[in-house]
Amino acid sequence: MGTALDVRVKRAGKVYRDGEVLSGVVVITSKDTVQHQGISLTMEGSVNLQLSAKNVGVFEAFCNTAKPIQIINSTIEMVKPGKLPSGKTEIPFEFPLQMKGNKVLYETYHGVFVNIQYTLRCDMRRSLLAKDLTKTCEFIVHSMSQKGKLLPSPVDFTITPETLQNVKERASLPKFLIRGHLNSTNCVITQPLTGELVVESAEAAVKSIELQLVRVETCGCAEGYARDATEIQNIQIADGDVCRGLPIPIHMVFPRLFTCPTLETTNFKVEFEVNIVVLLHDDHLITENFPLKLCRM
Amino acid sequence: LLRHARSRNYVSESEVCKLESVPLDFGDYHPLKPITVTESKTKKMNRKGSTSSTSSSSSSSMMDPLSSVLDGTDPLSLFAAAADPVTTAAATDGTRRKRDKDESSAVGSDFEPWSSKRGEILARYTTTEKLSINLYMGSEKGKATTTGSAVSEKVRTRLEELDDLEEGSQKELLNLTQQDYMNRIEELNQSLKDAWSSDQKVKALKIVIQCSKLLSDTTVIQFYPSKFVLITDILDTFGKLVYERILSMCMDNRVSLPDNFSPESVNDTAKETCLNWFFKIASIRELIPRFYVEAAILKCNKFLSKTGISECLPRLTSMIRGIGDPLVAVYARAYLCRVGMEVAPQLKESLNKNFFDFLLTFKQIHGDTVQNQLVVQCVEIPLYLTLYSPAIDWILQCIAYHAPEVLLTEMMERCKKLGNNALLLNSVMSAFRAEFIAARSMDFIAMIKECDESGFPKHLLFRSLGLNLALADPPENDRLQILNEAWKVITKLKNPQDYINCAEVWVEYTCRHFTKREVNTVLADVIKHMTPDRAFEDAYPQLQSIIQKVITYIYDFALLFSVEKFLPFLDMFQKESVRVEVCKCIMESFIKHQQESTKDPVILNALLHICKTMHDSVNALTLEDEKRMLAALINGFIKMVSFGRDFEQQLSFYVEARSMFCNLEPVLVQLIHSVNQLAMETRKVMKGNHSRKTAAFVRACVAFCFITIPSLSSIFTRLNLYLHSGQVALANQCLSQADAFFKAAVSLVPDVPKMISVDGKMRPSDAFLLEFLCNFFSTLLVVPDHPEQGVLFLVRGLLNVIQDYTWEDNSDDKIRIYTNVLHLLSAMTQEAYIYHVDKVDSNDALYGGDSKFLAEINKLSETVVSQILDHLKTLGKEETLKRQSQLALYFFNTILAHGDLRNNRLNQLSVNLWNLAQKHGFADTKTMVKTLEHIKRRSKQPEMSHFTDLALRLPLQSRT
Repeated sequence: MGTALDVRVKRAGKVYRDGEVLSGVVVITSKDTVQHQGISLTMEGSVNLQLSAKNVGVFEAFCNTAKPIQIINSTIEMVKPGKLPSGKTEIPFEFPLQMKGNKVLYETYHGVFVNIQYTLRCDMRRSLLAKDLTKTCEFIVHSMSQKGKLLPSPVDFTITPETLQNVKERASLPKFLIRGHLNSTNCVITQPLTGELVVESAEAAVKSIELQLVRVETCGCAEGYARDATEIQNIQIADGDVCRGLPIPIHMVFPRLFTCPTLETTNFKVEFEVNIVVLLHDDHLITENFPLKLCRM
Repeated sequence: LLRHARSRNYVSESEVCKLESVPLDFGDYHPLKPITVTESKTKKMNRKGSTSSTSSSSSSSMMDPLSSVLDGTDPLSLFAAAADPVTTAAATDGTRRKRDKDESSAVGSDFEPWSSKRGEILARYTTTEKLSINLYMGSEKGKATTTGSAVSEKVRTRLEELDDLEEGSQKELLNLTQQDYMNRIEELNQSLKDAWSSDQKVKALKIVIQCSKLLSDTTVIQFYPSKFVLITDILDTFGKLVYERILSMCMDNRVSLPDNFSPESVNDTAKETCLNWFFKIASIRELIPRFYVEAAILKCNKFLSKTGISECLPRLTSMIRGIGDPLVAVYARAYLCRVGMEVAPQLKESLNKNFFDFLLTFKQIHGDTVQNQLVVQCVEIPLYLTLYSPAIDWILQCIAYHAPEVLLTEMMERCKKLGNNALLLNSVMSAFRAEFIAARSMDFIAMIKECDESGFPKHLLFRSLGLNLALADPPENDRLQILNEAWKVITKLKNPQDYINCAEVWVEYTCRHFTKREVNTVLADVIKHMTPDRAFEDAYPQLQSIIQKVITYIYDFALLFSVEKFLPFLDMFQKESVRVEVCKCIMESFIKHQQESTKDPVILNALLHICKTMHDSVNALTLEDEKRMLAALINGFIKMVSFGRDFEQQLSFYVEARSMFCNLEPVLVQLIHSVNQLAMETRKVMKGNHSRKTAAFVRACVAFCFITIPSLSSIFTRLNLYLHSGQVALANQCLSQADAFFKAAVSLVPDVPKMISVDGKMRPSDAFLLEFLCNFFSTLLVVPDHPEQGVLFLVRGLLNVIQDYTWEDNSDDKIRIYTNVLHLLSAMTQEAYIYHVDKVDSNDALYGGDSKFLAEINKLSETVVSQILDHLKTLGKEETLKRQSQLALYFFNTILAHGDLRNNRLNQLSVNLWNLAQKHGFADTKTMVKTLEHIKRRSKQPEMSHFTDLALRLPLQSRT
């Protein structure tokens, strides 16, 4: 294999915050001495926006990918051109995660149309005969905890045939009464979404009750903006015909990377919603939507 | 060469040789005295555990008749008595408190573990219907939807891995038999381990998720409990793998964490890995797999925070509420309780919560969804309800473990509120402490009676109650009423299997608390139920257990056989192997409990019949061990039979026994010994003077032995029995009979094989033969010569046999025997023999030291001596010199002890032997020095002055 390059950050979880120092080592392993033209390390953070085919034409969606927005970018020269001894060489590094001016260090987020990603890239330039070596390593940024206290915003809900919108034949619906509450729609991202749900009565047997976590991504561009809602995950909280009158817990852990504190900038927005989906045995699908506000404390 | 025996005065010799007698002082230390620990008063305050050892030691000393004389207190108990009672009490209190604390955090050994339930469930819940396994290895679409363009590298590889598995690993296995199904699950378990060890953690997780998904499938519902057992095994494996993996990540400098580590001592990498697992599991789409997998790795919460488990358990508990199917839910609860008890037994609240939640959902069982399902699957409600039992039993067992009485009462009240539901009642009875149930037996009976007929089978309820009553006693006054009430229901059961399962349990209660009259009634009832259509054939295990219970409680056999229905009950065991097993049990109990010998005709008849059954089961295929065991049991019985002074009766019993047990040699041997003993008893009673009648009786005994011995196959058994019986005959003045025995023994010796089998191994027989022959010669000293045969007929005969016997080529056994014969011959020349048989004139009295007799002996001695000397000569070769030296010394010692060394030729012979022994340097110098010292010491005795000269003529060779 010749020479191997590896970038390791110090923290096991690879999680860093604004103002902290990102430290770690670059590890070079080789059997022989390594001749090189310099080793540099680049820290990059960017927001990638992609327009969905739904809002613009396919062609535009393909070409018109908005230019990535750079959040942070800095390079340091680690080693001047020269030789490295054979065996394992560890070169420590430190990067201060400091934003200039009033730029904000957005939290890492992997979505469909919006991606916020931070990477460390190590480049070893070599002579013409040998290929340059590159190694990339993602690290995760958590935004600073929001100031001020999070106000809990509990929501009670009742679902009956009458409360439903979007129904064609209301008469053919089986009768049911589902009550419940969410403890708060203002959620701390590290804490699960909680609440309770009671099937008070239902003529048809319940097949399944699910919590659908949805992201709503909005990208603004010259011609206007695109807003898309896609599913992140679907968690079943009831399976089969549950006991009537017995509260069933609503509990969902927010997945890491795929969720971030609700974000609103001039160019793009990332918001989250949860749907409570009740599936009845005769394939009636009942959905109740709740917008969420996520934040990091 | 003439040999003269030294004349001996045995009486005076024995006087000289005796040890000085010391008067026994009882007060002193005696090695045989047992260490008796007498309980001192202060010890009573201690815990039960500490006194049990002392009381056991004192009770064992009670058995020893010597102990009453040698009573005393050991220093330890004296010390304990002297210690301050308050401090000891406080100390034990402290340890007890500490122990209690330990108990609350770990389950003790008194908690019946899941592993013991496992097999029972698998055996009980089976099916003949076809099963199916549905595995969609790639169905975790939830993650796949996130295929964005810029997902991190790691996530992308994971997703690719997912896609790989998705293709081709999607399989559905239909039409599996139960065995196939179990094999498949085992395969999955194996592939889980394989995936884990080859670092395919994602695949491992997938397997576990798919497996736990199978638990949401309730088709073939009667198999569900077994399915639960199989699949939770996989989950346990998974939980252990994850836990151990994270634990191994915590290894710091090869030092692993202590058992009760705190989360602070866990390093970040391990914590991160652990968190990853939890996040991954939290994103599992379906409820049931998510629940099971999280429960499986519940223990891993220990790595993250101290309170992790105590926060998780209630959450998982309420999560189960989302499971719609009541059966699936209750098993999920059982699993949670199981994991909870293992990981954090001190967290009782969630156990209770689980049970209360179950009670809340109880009405679902009778709901439409469940009923429709049952109709589709053609499962009856009673059968369906029994499917719940293992799970509820387990939950209640967890709750009841070390639970206060109040809680149990509360649980019972809650069950009552649900209309005395039989299913719950049954589980309460099987899970709660027996004492608790027994004390409320009457309440329970009332509740059972009120139960709905159509639901849970009632006989199971009575069975459960009976099991409790077998363990704990109900209040004295209720006992009879309980039995009556219970039996009234049991006797009405129509299905023989249901009936016998119940009856089996209640027999124990009956035996425990009532007399033979009630036991008899119960047995009669069982016979009545089990006889029609030969129903007993399907119920042997239960019937066997009934017998076992009866004999555990009624071990007085006179009483047992007076239970009229006991023998008819035995007649139900018509399959031979079972019948023999039962017979063995009965005999074992008899041997264990019968203290005194018996002549009760009822017992004898019954037991003879039982023994005969055991004996008749022996055939060519019976194992040696089995035969030995049967023989030991029969022997035990024979030894316990005694007709007292009615010896005739006793003998005829033995005769009968012989005809009955002729196939078991050890029994025949025992019978011969017993008859010999009988003859000696007779002699003792008659004080040695047989009347005509007793003489005839004794001859009958002797005849019994004589005709029995040839039927034995082991040659040494025969030889020894001939010798032994001959001795008995001689003691009873049956001279010709004794002669016959000895002649038989002599003529048997040539047949002794070179190798015999001892404990299944082939061993050379010479050591046994040597031992027997020496014993035989010693007996022959006192056997008087037959008037019509020549002098020393038997001795000569035996010598001839020895001469002709083909001895091992390189052994000196023959010569050793010859040397020993010289001891005999010298003893025979004495005026008065060293021992006699009472009332039998030996050769000393018969010949009165007749010179012809002595000459015969001398001639015989000469022949023997020349044989010995010849043999010594043949040993002159290089490789046999050591043996020559040893034999020479042995012979020298014989002459020294028995020869008259005033005889010159003998004196010269001994000197020659001495020199021969030392000639080639093989003699042990120490032995030689000691021998010489012995000779010198002997020379100081009166009439032994010639030893001084002898000593001078014996040179000692130095080593060099």
